[in-house]
Amino acid sequence: MSEQDELLNDFLVESKENLDHLDEELLALEGSPEDSDLINAIFRRLHTIKGVCGFLELKKLESVSHAGETLLGALRANELKVTDHIITLLLTLCDAIRTIVTCIEETKGEGTQSFEQLAAELLAAAKPAEQDAAPKKELSLDEEFELILAQREAAESGGEPLEAKPEEPKPAPTPARTEPPQEQPEQASRAAPQESSLRVDVQLLDHLMNLAGELVLARNQILQTTKSLSDMNFRAITQRLNLVTSELQEGVMKTRMQPINTVWGKFPRVVRDLAIQCKKQVRLEMWGKETELDKTLIEAIKDPLTHIVRNSIDHGIEVPEKRAAVGKEAEGCITMSAFQEGGYVVIEISDDGAGLNTEKIRDRALQRGLISREKAQAMSEADVHRLIFAPGFSTADTVTNLSGRGVGMDVVKSSVEKIGGQVDISSRAGQGSTIRLKIPLTLAIIPALLLSCASQRFAVPQSAIMELVQLSATEKSGLLSWIGDYPFYKLRGDLLPLLYLSRQLAVESHPREDAGDKVIVVLDVDGCRFGVVVDEVHDTEEIVVKPLGRQLGNLAVYAGATILGDGQIALILDPVVLAREAKVEQREAVEVRAAATAAASLGEGTGQLLIVQVGSEVRAAIPLDCVRRLEEFSLRDVECVGKSAVIQYRGSILQLVDVAGTIGMRSEPWTSGNVVVVASGDALVGLQVQGILDVSCELSAVKPVTGKPGITSYGVIQGKVIALLDVAHLLSHGLEATDSRVGFEQAGV
Amino acid sequence: MKEGTGAAPRQLVTFKTGEYSFGIDVLEVQEVLRHQHMTPVPLATSEVRGLINLRGHIVTAVGMRERLGLDSALDVREQMNLIVSLKDGAASLVVDSVGDVITLEPERYRPRPSTLAAPLREMVTGVYQLDKGLLLHIDAEAACKVCEEEVRG
Repeated sequence: MSEQDELLNDFLVESKENLDHLDEELLALEGSPEDSDLINAIFRRLHTIKGVCGFLELKKLESVSHAGETLLGALRANELKVTDHIITLLLTLCDAIRTIVTCIEETKGEGTQSFEQLAAELLAAAKPAEQDAAPKKELSLDEEFELILAQREAAESGGEPLEAKPEEPKPAPTPARTEPPQEQPEQASRAAPQESSLRVDVQLLDHLMNLAGELVLARNQILQTTKSLSDMNFRAITQRLNLVTSELQEGVMKTRMQPINTVWGKFPRVVRDLAIQCKKQVRLEMWGKETELDKTLIEAIKDPLTHIVRNSIDHGIEVPEKRAAVGKEAEGCITMSAFQEGGYVVIEISDDGAGLNTEKIRDRALQRGLISREKAQAMSEADVHRLIFAPGFSTADTVTNLSGRGVGMDVVKSSVEKIGGQVDISSRAGQGSTIRLKIPLTLAIIPALLLSCASQRFAVPQSAIMELVQLSATEKSGLLSWIGDYPFYKLRGDLLPLLYLSRQLAVESHPREDAGDKVIVVLDVDGCRFGVVVDEVHDTEEIVVKPLGRQLGNLAVYAGATILGDGQIALILDPVVLAREAKVEQREAVEVRAAATAAASLGEGTGQLLIVQVGSEVRAAIPLDCVRRLEEFSLRDVECVGKSAVIQYRGSILQLVDVAGTIGMRSEPWTSGNVVVVASGDALVGLQVQGILDVSCELSAVKPVTGKPGITSYGVIQGKVIALLDVAHLLSHGLEATDSRVGFEQAGV
Repeated sequence: MKEGTGAAPRQLVTFKTGEYSFGIDVLEVQEVLRHQHMTPVPLATSEVRGLINLRGHIVTAVGMRERLGLDSALDVREQMNLIVSLKDGAASLVVDSVGDVITLEPERYRPRPSTLAAPLREMVTGVYQLDKGLLLHIDAEAACKVCEEEVRG
């Protein structure tokens, strides 16, 4: 790289930083137009940019920033008052400079866009004083700068709160020093403040981070080895190594930490522009700007945050008239706050707008077929609100420039989840909504639970683990039930789908699969709760995540690997992928291989019963052996052929039987869409039921019944009377005699 | 040194797997290790023998025998790890034995015979005629390419 290139590069990096600060400062100036320190600061920044243009021969940039400088000069000399128009002009100037800088970065040229118009406007705005102020200014620059410097130093010694950041390093000014431009004195005097920060290549930091990770692993290994040694001296040394390593690791992690303000800094500008665009009045408040996050994470949350803020302004905050009508002050307020909570940083974005419209979301979700009608009614308000994170969701009636295209919150969610974070929303009608992001502090080192399966160790990120449940070999019969090939565990009244890790990974588990106690690791991913059955759990450990080689790139189930204290490698399981498997199993749940026909299996087989609700109050039981699948259909999919209701199902037609009608109950509307699929000879038949309740085998006090077609006996399960259904009768009579349409016509479909 | 073709002689690390003799550019080989403890990777293809902890780096070991569709070795402890550096990190080729580094003149080189069958064709770039037979020159990148790789998301 030539000296010139290097200089240009430095200039680009510095200019970008300067531009970001300029935005902030201009907005601050809008708030307090009288602040002369601020005007000086802005002048200084612009001047720095202009100064370097001179000897880099960037003509366009120089002319446009010169015009801006003239305007600022007039402001500084109190010849002009700060007005909104001037602020807008100056912000446009920032954008123009940014455009040129980007252009230089990409093409090494200033581009073809002309900014003469803008320059003219800037000069026009500076008019009242321009004739005599401008030429004089060039000459008196030295003095003026001295003045600024003096003012600033005074301000700094007084503990100026405005600038939290240390002064940026200067561009390498060496070649310029020997050249004549008047800007020189500035370059020289700027070197005066003490160097308190350095620009360091991110790659170098990444490398240091990796090395620190290695050191942590080596330390773990040494600690483990010395446990068995009796040499006190050596143990003292390892203890010291331990402490130093921990501190080093912390220190290195800190170098990658940046205050969240590096992303937040641009929001005042975003909010201002959007508010003007939407004709709304919006104030932005920020708390906890200094909260620190890993640099890669800061980058990753930039876009999601912008999106959320845009949404809040576009959808959340109402127009001033509307706000006045409901007695709120005309100016809406968006509050962004960040704080640490455990190993996470929580970022909350709240607005005091209208809040989410629960009904509208529900309707829209129904329209788009995201949920079924019954589900929509059953959902809690909070659950409905969460639907805004579903892919393809938008309530905006019209697509605006800003939002409403239906891509958005789902992207926010997926990008936050990509970095191991979580998103949630809470909203109260009329009072506003709050979006809460939970972001891990760092990516590289995570707490994980070590577990083993088939005598191999695996790690699972601690963040996904809800609880651990002992699955003892003896109590299995009670709480563990199998629906077809799929195991479920009854955990406090809920059916928890289980995955056997050994089966998932296709490894041999314990010699005999049922022998010995096992542990269920209950995971929660996105509200999907499931259990993973493993042989044993060990400790939790801070692990360093290492990527797997390209050769294993197709195995999504591993999020990476890590090296444990004893030097062994453990694969890290990805809970999201496991959840996907669990969901599939849940949906496919209950593909029972029982080949026995419905009639033959009654009262035989395993004796397990599927308990369902028929009509509004009757509980009935169906022998599990004849159940093939459990399905939930949308009522819209049900079609009528003659007198019977059918549904297109897996490439063929499934006839539906109205159970309530067949067993002689008053036919009630079938509104749930729940269907128990049973085998009838080679074909499948669907039994319409109101709800699927449980699986049980503890039938007691059985009393045979006669004279009730479709019911063989009554019994008691869990303290409630149950009607045992005669599946053979249901099939033979249900399909011919009854009109299965009745139920669902009444349901109003 | 430079004759005819103008190409410089090449230095190859030779190794054997089954009945084949292979050569790989010396610059592509990072180091050679004896048998290492390997952590198996469930669900991976059989060509992936496991993961090796190479001084803190996790390296995937690809079995050359499995890659060529040969029977697995009788005693895996006798096998050697040829750590090769690839575009994105290192990998280990597990081979039967590692021989000398030899220097070969370009005139012994012949392009890959077009009749070569599947697994070999993917990785062999050319053939050197030695006094005692043929040496297959292979590309490390291709040798470590496990078939399902393209599926990755």
